[in-house]
Order: sequence, then structure tokens, then C-alpha cells
Amino acid sequence: MINDVTLGYLILLLPLFTFVVNGLFLGNKCAKAAAALAVVCNGLAAASAILLATDYFCSDYAPQKAILFEYVFIPFAGELIAKIGMLIDPLSTMMLVVVTFISFMVNIYSIGYMREDRAAGRFFSLLSLFSFSMLGLVVATNLFQMFIFWELVGVSSYLLIGFWYHKPSAVSASKQAFILTRFADSFFLLGIVLVSYVVGSFDFSTINDLSLSAFKATSVNLGICSMSAADALILGSVLIFTGGWGKSAMFPMHIWLPNAMEGPTPVSSIIHSATMVVAGVYLVARLFPFMAACGNTLTLIMWVGAFTMVFAAVIACTQKDIKRILAYSTLSQLGYMMFALGACKMGQVVAVTGWTASTFHIFTHAFFKCSLFLIAGSLIHQVHTNDLDAMGGLRKKMPLTYICTLISILAISGIPPFSGFFSKDEIILAAFQGHHYAVFGLALLTSGLTTFYMFRLFFLAFHGEPRHEGVRAGHVHEDFAMTLPIVILAVPALLSGLLGKGIFEKFFTPGKLHVPQLLKLAHAEWIPYTAVGVAILALLIAWFLYASPKAKIARALDETNRSGLYKVIYHKFYFDEMYYTVVRQFIFGGVARVSRFIQDYIVEGILAFVIWFVHKLGDLVRTAQAGYLPFYLGTLIVGVLIWRFFGQLPL
Amino acid sequence: METILFNAIWVIPLLTVLVCAPISATHSKILKSLHAASATVVLIAVCFLTYRVYALSGTPVDKAADPLMLRFFTDIPWLDVFKAHYTVGADGLNMLLLALTAFIVWAGVLVSWNIKGNQKVFFALIQLLATSVYGVYMSFDLVLFFVFYEMEALCMYLMIACYGSGRRDYGGKKLTLTLAFGSSMILATLFGIYFEGGISSWSIVELSKVTLPMDFQMWAFPLMFMGFAVSSSLFPFHFWSPDGHSAAPTAVSMLAAGVMMKMGAYGCLRVAMFLMPEAAKIWLPYVVALLIFNVVLGPFIAIRHKDLKYITAYSSISHLGLIFLGLAALTPIGLRGASLQMISHGFLTGLFFATIGMIYERTHTRDITEMGGIMRKMPFLGVGFVIAGFAGLGLPGFSGFIAESTIFIGAFQQDSTLTRIVTILAILSITTTAVYILQTANRMLHGPLPQKYESLTDGCFREKLVIVVLVACLLFIGVCPGWISEILDQSIAPIFAKIAASSIPVVGG
Repeated sequence: MINDVTLGYLILLLPLFTFVVNGLFLGNKCAKAAAALAVVCNGLAAASAILLATDYFCSDYAPQKAILFEYVFIPFAGELIAKIGMLIDPLSTMMLVVVTFISFMVNIYSIGYMREDRAAGRFFSLLSLFSFSMLGLVVATNLFQMFIFWELVGVSSYLLIGFWYHKPSAVSASKQAFILTRFADSFFLLGIVLVSYVVGSFDFSTINDLSLSAFKATSVNLGICSMSAADALILGSVLIFTGGWGKSAMFPMHIWLPNAMEGPTPVSSIIHSATMVVAGVYLVARLFPFMAACGNTLTLIMWVGAFTMVFAAVIACTQKDIKRILAYSTLSQLGYMMFALGACKMGQVVAVTGWTASTFHIFTHAFFKCSLFLIAGSLIHQVHTNDLDAMGGLRKKMPLTYICTLISILAISGIPPFSGFFSKDEIILAAFQGHHYAVFGLALLTSGLTTFYMFRLFFLAFHGEPRHEGVRAGHVHEDFAMTLPIVILAVPALLSGLLGKGIFEKFFTPGKLHVPQLLKLAHAEWIPYTAVGVAILALLIAWFLYASPKAKIARALDETNRSGLYKVIYHKFYFDEMYYTVVRQFIFGGVARVSRFIQDYIVEGILAFVIWFVHKLGDLVRTAQAGYLPFYLGTLIVGVLIWRFFGQLPL
Repeated sequence: METILFNAIWVIPLLTVLVCAPISATHSKILKSLHAASATVVLIAVCFLTYRVYALSGTPVDKAADPLMLRFFTDIPWLDVFKAHYTVGADGLNMLLLALTAFIVWAGVLVSWNIKGNQKVFFALIQLLATSVYGVYMSFDLVLFFVFYEMEALCMYLMIACYGSGRRDYGGKKLTLTLAFGSSMILATLFGIYFEGGISSWSIVELSKVTLPMDFQMWAFPLMFMGFAVSSSLFPFHFWSPDGHSAAPTAVSMLAAGVMMKMGAYGCLRVAMFLMPEAAKIWLPYVVALLIFNVVLGPFIAIRHKDLKYITAYSSISHLGLIFLGLAALTPIGLRGASLQMISHGFLTGLFFATIGMIYERTHTRDITEMGGIMRKMPFLGVGFVIAGFAGLGLPGFSGFIAESTIFIGAFQQDSTLTRIVTILAILSITTTAVYILQTANRMLHGPLPQKYESLTDGCFREKLVIVVLVACLLFIGVCPGWISEILDQSIAPIFAKIAASSIPVVGG
């Protein structure tokens, strides 16, 4: 039997090995070998992760934390040491399984998807780089390690979105994604620097153990103002959350995620839905006791999450690009997870229902959303467009895909006994228990919207008459390598909720909390019925509009004859344009232009003046030395006079 | 034995020039091979010696070199009239900078293989430049230090004016005159230190044992610090660098940005701050204000430029600003971060200018708006450029991240208001750095390929070798930073001890 430490090394190093070997040696010359290596190594990593998880959850050791290994990376000073290690607790073990398993599936899928691409070797290499970075992120033992891998997932996301670098839209989307997350990361880094300065450590265990009252006395100088160390920690917690805010694409930093759909679909599936974008949620979950100790940070998190949830769901109802619908749906689901974490706090008391629910939703969401993206990729691969306009009637051509889609969509809609029901129900319950009734209402509303836009997609893509030449002509078929992972993923999409519920309720608590007293929490029996009722109602509306015999599909798909409000939503509230304007006009046209003006005209101008002055001085001296006698005589006289009146010459 | 090898570092390039002198310029192949061989020999020697410095750490040193823990210490009377000695030695900091120089010189020789013009003279000048830079880093005697420091600016002028491109006369003059202006400030304060020190010695080791009078330090420190900072392009003396770099041939840009600009920061640390720690504590918290231009506005200016070399020059300006942020933090972590940044930036800017030079050789333009999609034609060079870019924007795994995060954490430990503000601004401007780097990479490498670039070729073996070696150095520091931190800490400890020993509290807030 291999011991757990070895398993830990295997999980991390297998993807790294794949990245290095594929990137340096196999590359594009033998893409088949690269694909095989990627699938085998990621499969082994997934097996190791599942073994490790079984070992962990079956042992008596289980919900405690363990550090499998830890190395000193940069010793700064005293206790302030940046380490690289591997932390094992229920949360990270769950993420290890999710990341390796999804990565394995996506690698299999990519064999089919990238079959005709000349750069497939590079693709498999970068995909493994991403897996490695994401795994390093989830097992981080301290903030510094988290930041290192946080940046690495960012860059692998950049490289993969811009994978087809001859496409200008992909290039600009990748740039936007990187810069926007980098912008959030700069605050994250500032938060790390600030918190580590106050606390004197990067370790999660130390930071999560803090109590703010110990920091009331000292004060911290922040340049523009001075505040007590406790306030500085609160500020630090908000700054750290900002990192997650950008990475999880919460409003208003959400625009990069839908645009990131320009990348290959397997990439959207693994990075931009199942794993990387939940890093922000993961960060908050990991630092939860710290965030909970820090005043109203959790309330901020809750409102950011809740607003994103509704906002994205509304946009998703109008979109026609199948991948964008899924992207907005991802945003909305991330909003669920985020607000569930924030909803844990009620006054001074912190409950854990939301935390459990949120991590549970990370788990179930990963499977069904990954599956949905892979399905979308399959459809796009067949009909060669992202547009719902050109789909329809695919049910008969792709029967397996049809069934798997139905499973995943029922899961995301929260219909029992599919997985999403269990996690989403708990999230809604958490909002109710926290007495956040407004957010509770929004969550129910979004649950209905989710069902509506998912079934809208489903009916428009699979039902009705084919609207595409290729489908009508019968060129559409199911690719084995691409359908296999979809079918495999349908199993956890169906069952992970049912089976996971027990494990999550037993093991998943955020660790030590500063709770004055444990409350008896209300357990409202009517909530699941209401949630399911809302979902079914939304399903019926979707059916009526898009699939019933009376539905006018051509009219439903035409966005030109709509009301003003619909158009605003269809154009995503014009956020892309707003960003564009701010960046073009204000950053590039304003700040950068002013900087360049200062350099080119003021600095260089002063320099030119100095040069001119020296030249003139030189000219003056030259004239003086030209041998012109009256000048010599004149200066002599003037000099003597000056000496006479201002000096000591005895005349 | 090792001491002799250490002294040979600056002698070998000089000898190579002498050996090559009788060979006719028509045998350019032989000449180039000789120069490449000599650069390789020096590189191997320096790497070996760096390893020895690491291995020897903790063992006692020669008594004369004791306060600085110098290895391979040599002290020979040189100019009796001035009481100047030939004093050289190695501690972790200057050994690593020597290693950096050896790498960049080696890469510089290889990338200028096909330079137009008189190749014999060009390579001789590179070797002379190398001699002077080695000399600056090795010497612990102020006269010797200054002699080498001056030699370098002259070589630089000749190379830019004779082999450069664009406005080469203007760029060369601007660079040399500005540096000479800085040197004049340094020279004045050097004399001051000699006379105020009162021990008739130019040796840094000896002078570090005395405390210079406070009123002297108060005027001499800013003068000397700014004098050195001129060559590290600290605002307001940064204006020479964009014009100088853009006019210079590839190898000279690499040497100027990679090595020569570090000499200023090294001088600030080794001479100005080390010999006048009391004044440093008073002045540096205010000097930080100048960095707002370097670190915050520098990247914005780079965004507005279209010429690759101008972009890289402003990127260097902002990265060198971070060195000064680390120095001004006056904490051990900050000083270590500053030293790390000197080394890290040397490699990354060397890689930047090397790839830019190679691309320029093929496209004959440095305007990024005219290029596009060349990644498809030269993937190797493109990847080299992208890696340099990632290292520059501080991606973990490369040395830039290690240096920057050390500087940020070190600078944040300094509790003066101005330093805090600048540190916070510097952390937030990592985004701006990403903007200009990605914008450049995207415009140049990605997108559709113009018709005229259909016939471009990827790098040859020689060029690939340069890129691989420089990337390996960046990765090595980025992945195992503990090793390099250990070497640096040995040499920073005595400097920081001197700063900490002075009783003056840090002001400025």
C-alpha cells in the first residue's frame, strides 16, 4: 500500500511532469503521444486523489488537518517564512478529487476535440500546467503559497483562452481576463502583505486562529491614514477577498468570464466553470474563521455574491450563444456559493450551515457544469457554431448527449433527486437561518431563473425542427472520445448530491469559530418544497415559450423586435462598453497620456533648457575669449569699479 | 589558487583583447571564436567561484577582510601618491552580480555574432566593457572602483555611436554625458570621504570602521546617492536610458540594462549607504518620493510607446525603481529584495533585449504596430519574449516574483509614511506592468500575420542557446530562492548591522 505522503507527491507531480515533458519534448510533433501521456498521468493523479480521499475519510483522523509535507520557500525574517506544502483537510481533499477527476475527463474529451488541431501538443501541455497550478492552490498551507499558485492558474488561464492566438477576439479576451484578475490580485497581494505584517505569519492556521481583540491596542500606519491593527486586519480581509472577487468573476469584475469563452471549450469547461473560478470561493472558505472574525467582511461577501447571482441569471435568460449562457450560469452559481459563505453571520453569531452548503455546491456544481460545457463543446463541434439560432432538433441525432444534458440540467435546476437539489437547498436554508430574508427571496427567484434559462437552452438546442443544414443533412454524429466523459460525468451529476450529503454534513465545518454560543437553528421543512415548486413553474414557462406546440421559436430567437429593457439585458447592461470606455479614455487616454506628456515635454523640456543654457554660457565665454580688445578693456574697468565699491581695494 | 582565479576574472577579457590585437580584422571567425571562448571561460570560472562562496559560508576569513566577510581578498599597494590600493574581494552580493555579468557578457558576445561594421573593434569593446564592469563589482578600494566605473561609460559611448541604430549619436551622447554628470558628483564625495575619514585610506573595509562626521554626511550622502542613481535611472535622471537603449546595438542594450544599470544601485548600497548609514536613515525616507515616477508612472509611459526598445527601457526604469524601494526600506528583507531584484532584473532584461534584437534582425522594425502574428513564424523567439514578459510582470516560478515580493514585504516593514504610500502604490501597479507587457506581446506575436513576414525564420542554434540559458537562470532563481537568499544574507548582514548600529531613528513620517 502506498502511503499518503507518496500519494500527495504523485497528485502534484504527475501533472507537472506531463507539462514539462509535453511542453519540452513531445510538443506538436507527436500530438498523439502527448495526449496519451496527459490522459495517463491525469488518470493516475485522479486515482491517487481518490485513494487519498478514501484513506482520509475512512480513518479516525478525519476532519482534522494534516500537513503531508512542507518546504521552506523563501525565509523572510523570523516567523515570516514562505513555505510550500500540502495541507490535507476535508475541504482540500474534496477539491483534490474534483480537480483531478475533472481534469482527467477533460483530457479524454480533448483527444476528440483537438483531433484536427495542429497545436494539440501545446494544448495538452498547458492543460496539465493548469491542473498542477490548481492542485497547488487547493493544498496551500499558507497565503503565500496560495498567491503563487493563484498567479500560475491565472497565467495558464491566459495561455489557454488565447490558445488560438491567430484569432484577434481570443487574444483580446485572454488579455482582458489576465489583466482584470491581475488587477484584483494586486489588492490580494497588498492584503497578504498587510495581514502578514500585522500577524507576522502567512500560515492559515495562525491567521484563522486570530481574535481581533488582541490587536486593538497597537496602531498601523498606512500612509494616508493611521488605524488600529484590528482595523488593519479587517481592511486586509477585504483586500484578500478582493482577490477572490476578481478570480471568481463577481460583479463588477465579471466581464472577463463570458468573454473567456473564446477559448477552446474543454478549457471553458475545466478552468472557467468547474475549478479555477471557484478559487475565489475556495479562498473565502479557507480563510473563513478569519473573515468571520473581521467585522462585516462576511456581509460584504454575501451581498457581492447575491447580487452577482441575480444579475448573471437575468442576463443568461436572453443570450443566444450557448457558451455564454453557460458562462453567465456559472457566474450565477458562483454567486450562490459566495453568498452562502457570507450568509453564515447573523449579528455576532456565526453558523456553519452556509459553509457546508457552499463547499457542497462547489462539489456538485463542478460535475454538472463541467458536463454541460463538454456537451456544449460537442454540439459546437458538430454544428460549427455557438449560436442557438443554428441548432434545434439535435435530440434524435445525439441521443446519449440528450439524456446526459437532461440529467445535468435537472441537477442545476435543483430538482430532486439530482445533485444540485441537495446543495442548493442547503444554501437557501442557510440564507433563511441567517435571517437574511431579502437574500433568501433573491435565491429563490434565481433558482427559478436558472431553471428557465437552462431549459430554454435545452429546448432550443435539442427540440423542435433542425435549423441547421448539417443537422438536416444528417452529418451529425456522436464522437466516442467526446461522449465518454459526458456519460461518465452524468453519474456524479445524478448521484453526488445523494451520496455526498452525509459526508458533507459529518465532516465539513470550517474549523474553530469564535461563536459565543451555539444556536438552535431553525430547520424549515417547507423550503425544499418551495424551491422545487419555483423550479417546476419556471420549467413549465420555458416549455410553454420554447417547446410547446404553440411556441413561436423564430420570434423567440429574434432579439430585434424587443423592448428596450430586453435589449439592455441582451447587451449585458453594456458593461463591456463601459469597461472599454473607462480603459480607453481614462487609463490609456488619460493617465498614460499624462505620464507620457510629463516625460516627453516636462522632463525632456527641462533637459533641453539645461542644454540650451550650457550652450549659451559657452557662447558667452567664447565671445569673451575672442581677442576683442575693447571687451577686455571694458571688463577691466567694470571689474575694478566693482572691486572698488564692493571689495577692499584701497582707492 | 581561487584568489588568483578570482583576480583573473577581469584580466581574462583584457588579455583576450591583447591577444586579438595582432590578428587581422578579416579573420573575423577566429576573432569571434576567441572572444566567445574567453567569455565562456570567465563564465565557468565565475560560476565555480560563486559556488565556492556559497560553500565557504560560515568559515572564518582573512583578518583584514573580516568586517565584510570577504573571500578571495587581495590587497596590494597600487598608487603610492594617492595611497590607493588594489583591493578586491568577494562576498555573496558582488559574487552574484559578477555571475550575472558573466552570463550577460557571454550572451552579448553570442547575440552580436553578425553585427555590421568592424567586428574586431566591436568585440574588443565588449571585452573592455566587461573588464570595467567586473572591476567595479570586485573592487573594495574607492579609487580602483571609480577608475573602472569611468571606463565603462566611455566604452558604452564608442559602441553606441559607432554600431548603434537610429539616433545613435544623440543617444550615445545623452547617455555618456548624463553618466559623466553622475560621476562628477561621485568624485566630489569620494574626495570628501577620503579627507573626512581621516585614516588616509580609500579602502571600503577600512573606512567602514570609522564614523564620518554628521554634517559632512548630510550633504555628501544625497550627492553621492544621486550620483550613483543616475546610472540606475532614478527619476529625475532617467532620461538617458530610453534614448540610449534604443540607439544601442543589442549586446550593448543587454549590457547597459542588464549589468551597467545595476552598478549604480550597487554603488548606492555598497558605498553610499554603507559608509554613511546615519545620513541614509535621514535621507532615504524622502528619496522614496522620487520612486512614484519610476514605479507608478514608468509603466504608464511604457503603455503609450510603440517602439519595443522604448517599452523595455521604461520597464527597466520601473523595475529599477523597485530596487531603490528595497534599499530605502532599510530593513534586512528590503535590502535582500533589492539585491535579488538587481540580479533578477539583469537576467530578465538581458533576455528581453536579446529576443528583441533577434526579432529586429529579422523584421527590421521595432514598431509593434507594424508587426503581428510572428509567433507562427518564430515560435522559439516568441516564447522567449513571452517568458521574459512573464518574468517581468512578476509571475511566480521566475526570479522577478521572488525579488518583487521580497521587496514589497521588506518595504512594508518600514514604518515611515512616505515609504508606506509608495509601497502600496508599487504593489498596486503590478497591474500596469501586466498591461504593457501583454499589449506588446499580443500586438507583436499574435493575431494575423502580415504578408511581408511570410519568409521569416526562427532562431538558429546560437540564438536558441542564449535564450535557453537565460531562461534557465530566471527559472533557477525563481524555483530555488532559498539558496540565493542565503548567499545574499551573508553580505547584507554587515551592511545592515552598520545601518542598525547608528543611533539615528528613521524619520520621514
